[in-house]
Amino acid sequence: MDYVLLFTMIIASAAFVALVMIITRWISPRTFNRNKAETYECGIPTQGNTWIHFRTGYYLFAILFLMFDIEAIFLFPWATIVQELGFKALVGILFFLSFLILGLAYAWRKKALEWK
Amino acid sequence: MIDFTSINASIESYLQSVLPAQVATLVECALIAVCAIAAYLVFAIVMIYMERKVCAAFQCRIGPDRVGFLGLLQVFADVFKMLIKEIIDIKDSDRALYTLAPFLVVMSSLITFSCLPFDNGLQVLDFNIGVFFIMAASSFGVLGILLAGWSSNNKFSMIGAIRSGGQMISYELSMSLCILTLVVLSGTMRVSEIVEMQREGWFIVRGHIPAIIAFLIYLIAGNAETNRAPFDLPEAESELTAGFHTEYSGMGFGLFYVAEFMNLFIIAGIATTLFLGGWTPLYIPGLDGFNAAMEWIPGIVWFLGKVFFVIWLLMWVRWTFPRLRIDQVLVLEWKYLVPIGLLNLLIMTVCVVMGWTL
Repeated sequence: MDYVLLFTMIIASAAFVALVMIITRWISPRTFNRNKAETYECGIPTQGNTWIHFRTGYYLFAILFLMFDIEAIFLFPWATIVQELGFKALVGILFFLSFLILGLAYAWRKKALEWK
Repeated sequence: MIDFTSINASIESYLQSVLPAQVATLVECALIAVCAIAAYLVFAIVMIYMERKVCAAFQCRIGPDRVGFLGLLQVFADVFKMLIKEIIDIKDSDRALYTLAPFLVVMSSLITFSCLPFDNGLQVLDFNIGVFFIMAASSFGVLGILLAGWSSNNKFSMIGAIRSGGQMISYELSMSLCILTLVVLSGTMRVSEIVEMQREGWFIVRGHIPAIIAFLIYLIAGNAETNRAPFDLPEAESELTAGFHTEYSGMGFGLFYVAEFMNLFIIAGIATTLFLGGWTPLYIPGLDGFNAAMEWIPGIVWFLGKVFFVIWLLMWVRWTFPRLRIDQVLVLEWKYLVPIGLLNLLIMTVCVVMGWTL
């Protein structure tokens, strides 16, 4: 039943957005004007291409994020059974977290966390 | 006291008796979805009105007070105005992605919204992986924002979108670390069980020091997740026009706006559920008369009261602090919040293993 509801919610939310967009297209005025369709930047025609390479700062943080997010996935099942495992859980996770903290320390040392 | 579990059961049995089994399930699902979307819109309207009034109060103004009693109809007027605004099809956009972006943003916030427990039994999605699913569904929204910025083919939108991407994925880590800390304390991921366990003391009290640290980090990270000041770089209006939704007109913009407000509601709702006891009343051990009196207040009042208290705190922060720079935002996350969060997780584990929780 839960998963049926999940699918219902996915379909219903998509249908909601589609419905709103259809209604607004239906009742709103439509006048064509070439200047309206211009990119809204400063009032003068836009210069150059937008889809270019952007700075690597974001890319480094995205890679670091990937590492830590996967870690969170591994930690969730562990977190639910800490109380049953007791002391073993603490020892086990100390190893795991120390590797991660080493990774973060390495990135910090390599100045990957500085904004360049 | 109202018990929503029995109301749900009675509606279900009535539908099953009138209709054949499959049709009944279908009607039930449709009813639930319509109710969830209606609740979503009602809360969005309440939040927009509240934001304006709170902002006005912090700036010694009156706020909207002309349309309807105390300006209550102002938001409705704005919604209708936005509905009849022309949708402008811009020239150089990537059309497919441009249309897809609001879908992703609204879907992610609506699905996360339906995981919130409003009262006993008043919750649409209650999985055994509850909080993990909430994290997954809410991190979906950043894709929509990135697509919106990329597909608009506008430099300001693009800068806003990649800033937003960098910021939101970074702060998601702190959020998941805080939620992990609480899962260690509770030992379950099912949202309804987490709330039920807080009947005899909220987790912010039972987890004492690590839980309070986690709560504070969660509020900071949540504020950054919703792209609100002091973390509103993605739409810093003085530098980037309006950020990733510059090129969206009329209701396209309206949907982003609603989703942004509802993300704030969701952040406050998750904070309430995990730390402040969800719909459970205030419980003080030893004071039986007081506890019995608190039981009389319905759970939904408790939940909404706590949620709007947290929202008010975040609005206070928004209207008090100036905007940070992008490097300051990322340094705050990676050099302070992530290490503190990891350490806090270890402290919480030690507390739980040694039995030092209250």
